[in-house]
Amino acid sequence: MSTYPTILDTQPEAANEPGHGREGSFGPTLVPPARPLASVSTLNPEQPLARPEETVTVGVPPVRTIVVDRAPVPVAPPAARESIRLSSAPGPERLTLEQVSVSYGPKQAVNSVSLPIHQGEVLALIGPSGCGKTTLLRTLNRLTELTPSSARSGRVLIDGEDVDGMPDTRLRARVAMVFQQPNPFPMSIFDNVAFALREQSRKRPNRRALEPQVIDALKRAALYDEVCDDLSRPALRLSGGQQQRLCIARAIALRPEVLLLDEPCSALDPISTGVIEDLIHELRRDLAVVIVTHNLAQARRVADKVAFMYMGDLIEYGTTQQVFEEPRATRTRDYVQGAFG
Amino acid sequence: MASVFGAKVGGSTPRRPARGRGSSLREWRWRDRIVLLAAWAAGLMLCVVAGAIVLYMAVRGIEYLRPKLLIERPQVSLTQNGSGGFLDPLLGTLLLTAIGMAIATPLAVCTALWIVEYGRPTALARLVESSVEVVAGTPDIVIAIFGLAVFELGFLGPLSSSAPNGLVVGRSFIAAGAMMSLIALPPLFVATRDGLQAVPQHMREAAFSLGKTRIATIRRVLLPSVRPNIATGATLGISRIIGDTAIVVLLLGNTLRLEGQGQVPGWSILRGTGSSLTSYVFYNSPAGEGRAPQKAYAAAFLLLAFVVALNWLVGRIGGSRASGGMSGPMLAP
Ligand SMILES: Nc1ncnc2c1ncn2[C@@H]1O[C@H](COP(=O)(O)OP(=O)(O)OP(=O)(O)O)[C@@H](O)[C@H]1O
Ligand SMILES: [Mg+2]
Repeated sequence: MSTYPTILDTQPEAANEPGHGREGSFGPTLVPPARPLASVSTLNPEQPLARPEETVTVGVPPVRTIVVDRAPVPVAPPAARESIRLSSAPGPERLTLEQVSVSYGPKQAVNSVSLPIHQGEVLALIGPSGCGKTTLLRTLNRLTELTPSSARSGRVLIDGEDVDGMPDTRLRARVAMVFQQPNPFPMSIFDNVAFALREQSRKRPNRRALEPQVIDALKRAALYDEVCDDLSRPALRLSGGQQQRLCIARAIALRPEVLLLDEPCSALDPISTGVIEDLIHELRRDLAVVIVTHNLAQARRVADKVAFMYMGDLIEYGTTQQVFEEPRATRTRDYVQGAFG
Repeated sequence: MASVFGAKVGGSTPRRPARGRGSSLREWRWRDRIVLLAAWAAGLMLCVVAGAIVLYMAVRGIEYLRPKLLIERPQVSLTQNGSGGFLDPLLGTLLLTAIGMAIATPLAVCTALWIVEYGRPTALARLVESSVEVVAGTPDIVIAIFGLAVFELGFLGPLSSSAPNGLVVGRSFIAAGAMMSLIALPPLFVATRDGLQAVPQHMREAAFSLGKTRIATIRRVLLPSVRPNIATGATLGISRIIGDTAIVVLLLGNTLRLEGQGQVPGWSILRGTGSSLTSYVFYNSPAGEGRAPQKAYAAAFLLLAFVVALNWLVGRIGGSRASGGMSGPMLAP
């Protein structure tokens, strides 16, 4: 059993002020702008020309603090969350990454990453934009192979079996994926889920036979109650959050072993995000879940393990608490404190 | 703030009249006024011409079009009254459209699917696309004369009519329909290709990541998504077939009535010759031999009505796409 090394960044970088970067200001507090508002004297005709950047700040409220950083909708009381977390012991190791590297032509996107992914826990991949999170995620179900310029080395094992040795369709039925943009197919709600269950291109083997499985998947995705009155509605008429849950239902209908989520909430409002986060909590009992997210608060809420990537390297991997509270690498500390990214 | 700023600049430099909507014509320079006037005149003229065509044909058509013309067979006659109706040309147009579309639709859709979804080797894909462009740019009379050369080949004799002495003349519904499919193919291909290119990549990946093969993805995700595009392209293709004359004259034999060839029912019609509404209009116009201009006007009006209706249909399909996206009524199977 190999241990998964973390690269300790020992450069003596000055630590930034802790914890008050972007998560400190919740609620509609109007933080006064750093610079004083341009004074009325700018408008004074005596003064020859107002400098443009000064004129811009006039009367512009600090919108960011009001809208973007709204406190997340609490998805479950913290105490309840804690008990769920403690009760779930990590299950068997489902996916194993051994020295996985991916490159697009000359560009190295992922450098020799080794990771275990266990059933019963949520692994969050975090890191600045372009660090290779999506690439790593797509490697797990061999979607990167669709990009002609991509090349992979290293091994990915599912239940100890090398994924290169099995047909990609079989692998992808076991390792399901949900995308950033909700992308239901242009068919009814029922057919979206049934499509996943049906044999390759057969149109409708037996609607009656599939119905229990479809309903079960919709229920597990916490969508059934909202759509049960008419499952033959076109899926594209659902709201964005419902569409995303439909995509999750579709992905889990085949009872995969691993669920990959690539920024599943980035197109959603806080309420839908809360619903999906609760759902992820529920799902991880039967599956291994890997989620890519830019929202550190979300990673904290849903993840059991966190992997921090930077420029294609896996910098740190550990429990959520350890990575967020006692990061070993300076880069991780800077990132989770909002210094860059 | 901006206005203060603007006024300051405006005060220091001589004021230039802004040209565009809302500004008074009086402030315009002479040259601009003339160009504007010319643009107006051009637009108006176009409206007048289009209106004149529709109005003239409507008046003449309504004057001469009688329901009985649609069900009477045409006759060769020296007088207008004895020349019968145009049932055969009408059937000919419908039959040609059916044959042409039956060939063009699968060809165009498959080609577009191959170009967008596979597209390899790239050189071949580019060659195919330029071939479609060449076909799209070829005048129909050239396509017709080429078709004649092909279908006169002896071994294709069973597909067309032959002279009593056994000489293959290469004229039949099959020959004309095959060439018609060539003029319907480019709009169909372009519409399907553009529709496929507009389907976001993650849609395909979503299907792949459910363990679906490429074929299953094409059949169950991509084709349903581009159905409105195919419908638009097909409608454009149909209106091109309906409006074509050259291929009918050269390849359909241009016999006033449907003339069967051989004994097998149905197949004899396909092997036989006939005419279409367009060639019927030509035949009966003052330029042709039929000398029944009233019938020509009635048929021309019918033709125009077909084309206008098809254009309206294209607009409706396009409109429903713009408002409803892929969530048109075609979704629920
Ligand atoms: N199809 C591609 N072809 C070439 N290079 C690519 C391709 N996809 C990604 N890359 C490169 O690989 C690197 C990693 O990209 P990736 O999408 O994995 O980043 P990411 O961590 O998911 O970023 P983000 O947080 O912005 O989604 C980037 O530098 C990107 O430019
Ligand atoms: Mg990404």
